[in-house]
Amino acid sequence: MTDMSALQSRMDTNASGEDFSASVMSIEIGPAHPAMHGIVRLTTQLDGELIVGMEPEIGYLHRGFEKESENSKWIQVIPYTDRLNYVSPLLCNIGYSMAVEKLYGIEAPRRAEFTRVIMGEISRITDHLTCLGAAAMEVGAFTFFLWFIKAREYLWELVEEMTGARLTTNWTRFGGNSMDLPEGFLSDLADRISKLEEIMEECDKLLTRNKIFIDRVKDVGGISKEDALSFGFTGPMLRACGIPYDVRRADSYSVYDELDFEIPVGSTGDCFDRFLVRMEEIRQSASIIKQAADKMPEGPFMTDERMLQYPDKKDVYGNIEGLIDHFKLVMEGHQPPAGEIYMPTEGGNGEIGFYLVSDGSGDPVRVRMRPPCFNYVEAMPLMTVGHYVADIVPIFGSINMIGGELDR
Amino acid sequence: MSEEIKANNMNADQEYGELTALLKKEFPKAVLGFHAHRADETVVIKRDSLESVCRFLRDDRRCTFEIMTDLTAVDGLEMDMTPRFEVVYHFKSLTHARRVRLKVPLDEDDCKLASIHHLWKAADWYERECFDMFGIIFEGHPNLKRILMYEEFEGHPLRKDYPIDKQQPLMELKEIEERHTYGRHP
Repeated sequence: MTDMSALQSRMDTNASGEDFSASVMSIEIGPAHPAMHGIVRLTTQLDGELIVGMEPEIGYLHRGFEKESENSKWIQVIPYTDRLNYVSPLLCNIGYSMAVEKLYGIEAPRRAEFTRVIMGEISRITDHLTCLGAAAMEVGAFTFFLWFIKAREYLWELVEEMTGARLTTNWTRFGGNSMDLPEGFLSDLADRISKLEEIMEECDKLLTRNKIFIDRVKDVGGISKEDALSFGFTGPMLRACGIPYDVRRADSYSVYDELDFEIPVGSTGDCFDRFLVRMEEIRQSASIIKQAADKMPEGPFMTDERMLQYPDKKDVYGNIEGLIDHFKLVMEGHQPPAGEIYMPTEGGNGEIGFYLVSDGSGDPVRVRMRPPCFNYVEAMPLMTVGHYVADIVPIFGSINMIGGELDR
Repeated sequence: MSEEIKANNMNADQEYGELTALLKKEFPKAVLGFHAHRADETVVIKRDSLESVCRFLRDDRRCTFEIMTDLTAVDGLEMDMTPRFEVVYHFKSLTHARRVRLKVPLDEDDCKLASIHHLWKAADWYERECFDMFGIIFEGHPNLKRILMYEEFEGHPLRKDYPIDKQQPLMELKEIEERHTYGRHP
């Protein structure tokens, strides 16, 4: 999709009739370039420093998520979802588990949903912190990056406390979570969130009104509302264009309708708007976490539905129903009723949608994940042509490409 | 599984929403089937009318589906589905706050349907991925080539008859072994 129109118009206005086409250089950026967040190749046509064409090439991290999932049992897919978006693995866990629950037609208990909201918002914050920190570092704000990574570390310790792992969480189950809140978790949470808010305030002073930073990101990589919709943008990228579409509000899944939060929107959709939207979303997520912690109900964290959760060991060894349930769950797997569903959830990057098809047996027929950043990378030529080569770095940083979910 | 879950499954297929009714009224010949399992409105349409139905969904004031959320396919080989393939489209309307799923059944011998890249720009890469993974040809697509796999790859990996453990080394193994022996001390 080489867009040569920018160059063509310059050639047409050139009265001397000289042929400048030879001055167009083709430069490969990536696949393994330090300023690329992951492995992606951008074949860029340059006229001097001006970008006149670009073709992104993806697929370097393709591990066959869908094929592997379709050759596994339903429950065995959960660890694969950790590896989709590896800066917010819990959101993928939650998205997949909610999709299977929709296939079953059940809901997790309220305590499980509130815990999911807390853990999901923690993941959203770590996702935004990583994106903003890395993007700012690439335009020179190294302190900002270190501060944000410090904040991310506080949150990853919470994730570790809850799930036992920082990144490979494998936390949710169908109809609940694998673990309840650990002892003292809510007080740790309050402590960490206040530390995060301090860091946010410091970093806000450091960068949001910084002239050098603003010059690099303002009016760079903008996209119109119409193009953003047509390209299927969702999440912070679409909200930066001024469209308040947030799956948490629009589809109101889980218990988000009981929590009070604002949807920040931008106006021009440039890199600076994306930065501001993500900064505000971190604050909103922190507020959601506090509300959810206050409202945390008592009760079970896992459904008591038979054939959904593994029975207690004392039942497996103590009575025949427990033993048979355990045997059938291990050997045949979970068996959601036949049907197809699409379950959208708001990921860190945009709409994560799982399209699942079941034939009623234990083997999934189709496990499809809609990767939010697929559309952003597709729109890279539109966002970069007409800008200079140095602008690729902030633009690519602002779209928050995650190789794991892009290539699956 | 409890009785309640079973009862939920029983009545889910019977009802359908107003959008299905609208499509049935506007395109009586195109709609092959519909269901609303778990309240996901689904309309199965004929291949030939895909483009006109999509244009209607995008432009008509009663629909206005601004976002093409997803495109994928299902290989029904193991389910004995006839025809074998189904191409599945998901759309989202912000104006009317609703979603719809379109499905187009496709025969194995004739895996072709019209591209809709001119209606939603997102369709460009989605169609490339669907071609890459399932070998479905989108007619009229400007640049229908592989996207996740490499160009030399043979076959389409998400088809059910593509074995999961099949290997396709880019370089012949023999060639690599020869290179190894070259630098090895005897």
